[in-house]
Amino acid sequence: MTTTAATSSTTNKVLPHPLNAWYVVGWDHEITRKPMSRRIANRPVALYRTEDGKVVALADACWHRLAPLSMGKTVGKDGIQCPYHGIVYNSAGRCVSMPAQETINPSATVPSFPTVERYRYVWIWMGDPTLADPELVPDMHQMTSEQWAGDGLTIHAACNFQLVLDNLMDLTHEEFVHSSTIGQEELSESDFVTVREGNKVTVTRWMHNIDAPPFWLKNMRDKFPGFEGKVDRWQIINFEAPSTISIDVGVAKAGTGAPEGDRSQGVNGFVMNTITPETDRSSHYFWAFMRNYCLDSQLITTQLRDGVHGVFGEDEEMLKAQQAAIDANPDYEFYNLNIDSGGMWVRRILEAMLDAEGRLPSAS
Amino acid sequence: MAATNIETWQSATVIETIEVAQGILRIVLEPTMPVKAEPGTHIDLMVQIDGEIVKRSYSVVESNQTGTRLALSVMKAPLSRGGSIFMHSLRPGQTLEITQPLQNFPLRVGAQRYILLAGGIGITAIANMAAVLKQLKADYTLVYAGRSRQSMAYLDELTELHGQRLEAHIDDEGSALKVNELVKRASEGTEVYMCGPIRLMDAVRRNWIERELDLPNLRYETFGNSGWYDPEEFTVRVPKLNLEVTVPQGRSMLEALEDAGADMMFDCRKGECGLCEVRILELSGTIDHRDVFYSERQQRLSTKMNCCVSRAVNLKNRCTNRHINDGPRHQSPSNQTREHQKTPTNVL
Repeated sequence: MTTTAATSSTTNKVLPHPLNAWYVVGWDHEITRKPMSRRIANRPVALYRTEDGKVVALADACWHRLAPLSMGKTVGKDGIQCPYHGIVYNSAGRCVSMPAQETINPSATVPSFPTVERYRYVWIWMGDPTLADPELVPDMHQMTSEQWAGDGLTIHAACNFQLVLDNLMDLTHEEFVHSSTIGQEELSESDFVTVREGNKVTVTRWMHNIDAPPFWLKNMRDKFPGFEGKVDRWQIINFEAPSTISIDVGVAKAGTGAPEGDRSQGVNGFVMNTITPETDRSSHYFWAFMRNYCLDSQLITTQLRDGVHGVFGEDEEMLKAQQAAIDANPDYEFYNLNIDSGGMWVRRILEAMLDAEGRLPSAS
Repeated sequence: MAATNIETWQSATVIETIEVAQGILRIVLEPTMPVKAEPGTHIDLMVQIDGEIVKRSYSVVESNQTGTRLALSVMKAPLSRGGSIFMHSLRPGQTLEITQPLQNFPLRVGAQRYILLAGGIGITAIANMAAVLKQLKADYTLVYAGRSRQSMAYLDELTELHGQRLEAHIDDEGSALKVNELVKRASEGTEVYMCGPIRLMDAVRRNWIERELDLPNLRYETFGNSGWYDPEEFTVRVPKLNLEVTVPQGRSMLEALEDAGADMMFDCRKGECGLCEVRILELSGTIDHRDVFYSERQQRLSTKMNCCVSRAVNLKNRCTNRHINDGPRHQSPSNQTREHQKTPTNVL
């Protein structure tokens, strides 16, 4: 294979993750007064809320002997006590009490990480805290908008986060991985357009006058009882760095003007995905399915959540197997297809971010 | 921050030396494995004193984005242990063994308000913090105290950079710092970061405790090299080891005991951890406690000392406390006839 240095790095099979970025550390409801631990970007983080409900994220290793603070308990208004020798830290990671001495060692701190609560998630910044601007939290506004209803879950994916991004940036895999629910052959037959703007990438695909696959037929019938007939189907994949992908998906009665902007004769969903690197070989994959019809129906919310959970279970299995195959075949390269253009732009953007952090692996 | 402080030793080339104030040399190093220095970091490096290689710590005053230029500033202190004299002998082209920037004094982003307090050469640990807070558009005041304008490194540059946010207190211009007034201004939510002579830091700490302010909001770094009195030679006896050792002016008691073959326990060697604590059996003179491990109560008792930094002094000698109006906190009723006798608790 002959490639130039500039292009070969884009096919790095798996990439390290940018650190100067917001990642979801958990659902808002997951983080409570009781400390918990989650590994983010290779670092164990202790998470809890203060009495006032503010989220605290500290390195999950006591300054003294590195015992996990998450095994300890919250004390006072905003503190956490190491379960081993009782050292107490405040929400900024400063030691406030060393039980065995009258003073506090001035260097006794644990790193604390900036957090932001937004869109039903708690976001964390693992890199340079002076750059942690809340304005940089990726847009997932459908999660909290009154025009959308839905719910989601978390997948623990046994693969590098880039493989999940690849999966979501090219949906032709639906035809093969999800053949019983959302897959159909028109997916790989239809044309698509990829656009990159700054730190965003959009892949748009329309399928005109087709049969709705089972998942979408059910959704249409929820809104239009007894619906029969052809549909126009769309998938508009929106990536925002480092790892948030919201996919505008839906079908409308064929020929009613959906491609031109009138979606009133259809059903619309947003598949909200945001992937957080856990380690170089595993990821926390937070997703939700939001819809803009039958907003009051908890039944439909639960059905959709469970349905998508089943679909994503098929991806999870594939991603795990793919990572295992990558690890088992270290001498083999990746090759790219035309359908990878979205994923390739994502890689280009992530590489630029890594380069800015001085963490881009050199091209082989 | 133990996890991020594993030392990576490497060589560095001196690329620039320039005197930036009376007796203060700015030394710019180019490390072979550059890492950007965050505010509050220091590097450890090896200096030569009388042919012996020993480790010293210096704050990083500034670094460029890639860390290929690390600037230190070293005050020549003839009464210190000799590291500064070596540092002042450096010239461009020479190489040194250094660590990457190490962090024991991190600046927390996100406090409501900051007061940065630098006394004299302490500005080296503080200047970089001020630059970052300015860049973050944070609410901060940089308080810089010194004896005279000529002795204050970077005063002009800092004035230009920080404008109204810089507050200079210059003893010989009649604007000496009043610690109680400074601490009075530290309202709730204010974090204070300070570095300077121990007399200054002790005074701030005492005021802080008296005002019952939130202790973790008072941040400081000490390299354990200043006290209430000038260092002087003294004698230490360890009956259990049958040792009698003279501690010269330019050497710590810990070093002197190590030189004499005592197997001492220690860790930080800058008066923070308390591992080199020794019990005092008998004392003639006074202990100049230079550590931050003991509370004031414990220092006043003077039944123990941290021998890495603290020293014995003869109180007949003049008190050099001229920077701060408050006196030392432990004017012990000295019995000047007995000899110094100390048993290290950690020697078996």
